Amino acid sequence: MIEAELGRCVAAWYPGATGVTGAAKLSGGASQETWTFDIVNPSGNVGAILRRAPPGYGASPGRAAGLDAEATLMQLAHDAGLPSPRVMHVLKPEDELGTGFIMQRIEGETIARKILRDEQFAQARPMLARQLGGVVAGIHGLPAAKLPKLREMTATKEIADLDREYRSFGRPRPVFELALRWLRERDPGPSKEVTLVHGDFRHGNLIIGPDGVRAVLDWELAHFGDPMEDLGWICVNSWRFGEIDKPVGGFGSREDLFAGYEAAGRKADPDRVMFWEVMGTLRWGIMCCGMMQRFRQGPDHSMERAMIGRRSSETEIDLLRLLAPRGK
Amino acid sequence: MQDEPTPTELIKAVADFLRNEITPAIKGHNAFKLRVAINGLDLVTRQLALEGDSDSAEAARLKQLLGIDGALLDLNRALSDKIAKGEVDLQTPGLADHLWQTTMDKLAVDQPNYASYKRELGSK
Repeated sequence: MIEAELGRCVAAWYPGATGVTGAAKLSGGASQETWTFDIVNPSGNVGAILRRAPPGYGASPGRAAGLDAEATLMQLAHDAGLPSPRVMHVLKPEDELGTGFIMQRIEGETIARKILRDEQFAQARPMLARQLGGVVAGIHGLPAAKLPKLREMTATKEIADLDREYRSFGRPRPVFELALRWLRERDPGPSKEVTLVHGDFRHGNLIIGPDGVRAVLDWELAHFGDPMEDLGWICVNSWRFGEIDKPVGGFGSREDLFAGYEAAGRKADPDRVMFWEVMGTLRWGIMCCGMMQRFRQGPDHSMERAMIGRRSSETEIDLLRLLAPRGK
Repeated sequence: MQDEPTPTELIKAVADFLRNEITPAIKGHNAFKLRVAINGLDLVTRQLALEGDSDSAEAARLKQLLGIDGALLDLNRALSDKIAKGEVDLQTPGLADHLWQTTMDKLAVDQPNYASYKRELGSK
């Protein structure tokens, strides 16, 4: 049924489009959905992705940048020559599809275990960390004047947010307390340089091909802040999927990530990156606890959410490895 | 007194049935969900086997560290409070060891295949 609305929509702006086919929902909660479909066109079908809040779900919750901002950021990244899908259309009320946008579909893999283990990515793996360093440098260098309005974050605010969220669960976790204390004592204060931060630069949001990175997705958590946050987040052990000696996504070294970042004309600060890695590890741990809360209280009473709640202890051992390493 | 088989034996039998008889017949997203379900049952059997001993050892360590007695949840609340206020830290004798042991005991139940856990088990 969504194909009828999508067909009317694309016919209005895609030259020669006669409709759409193969629409399938890829993911979605109540307020945001991602669909894949093909635009039917006499010169060959064109792969496209719809990212939308369905009609009736306007405002984006909490930290989300909003779909309009996401579309602007993706297009800016694309225009700057970064690996990003081209935005084909921003939804209008007369499309009757809700709010959001339609973008080019880029083929490739987002599932970490395949990227880290499948033979077809063997050539790409050793170069990914350096490549992603360059890509994230490009993101941090996007022209400030063209950027949409986004929330501004500092380390201090992030610590306060995590503290509040953790305390709202009402269940004591001494390791999280230790991490919060550690972060407060080392809070570097406002960053000297404030840039666009992608906010969720990690496996799942990166399309990888045998040739390397093809696209950066999901700008939902984009904000202004310390650029080192993105470099720390991609080093969080939870995104290494077992390859714990390769800190960048389980495929590369911090040195390669920093080298790629610096080759693009920007400076990495390894101490701040480590600070943000600790912050990120705690953040994922608290997000796992949040899944458990939603399993208990929310409409989404799913077994998967319940089991993710039992993954917060993974971040506790990773925090201890970072903050209180045992003598080897 | 409840009859046998024990909860552990029952859950293990159900998990083995799902693993060996049902898994080969399921495809797609439901195969993923079935794996999550089996993982959940396996977790419960580990907790039933390990929780008693690890809880009493944790409570004993907490009593020693805090110098008070109480239920495990209250002892953890008291320790969390002291860490938040800076009254104890990693320099406090016994704190790092306690947090490590407690965390290792949680991973033994939650995710014994987690790479960081396996590494720490090996380097103890």
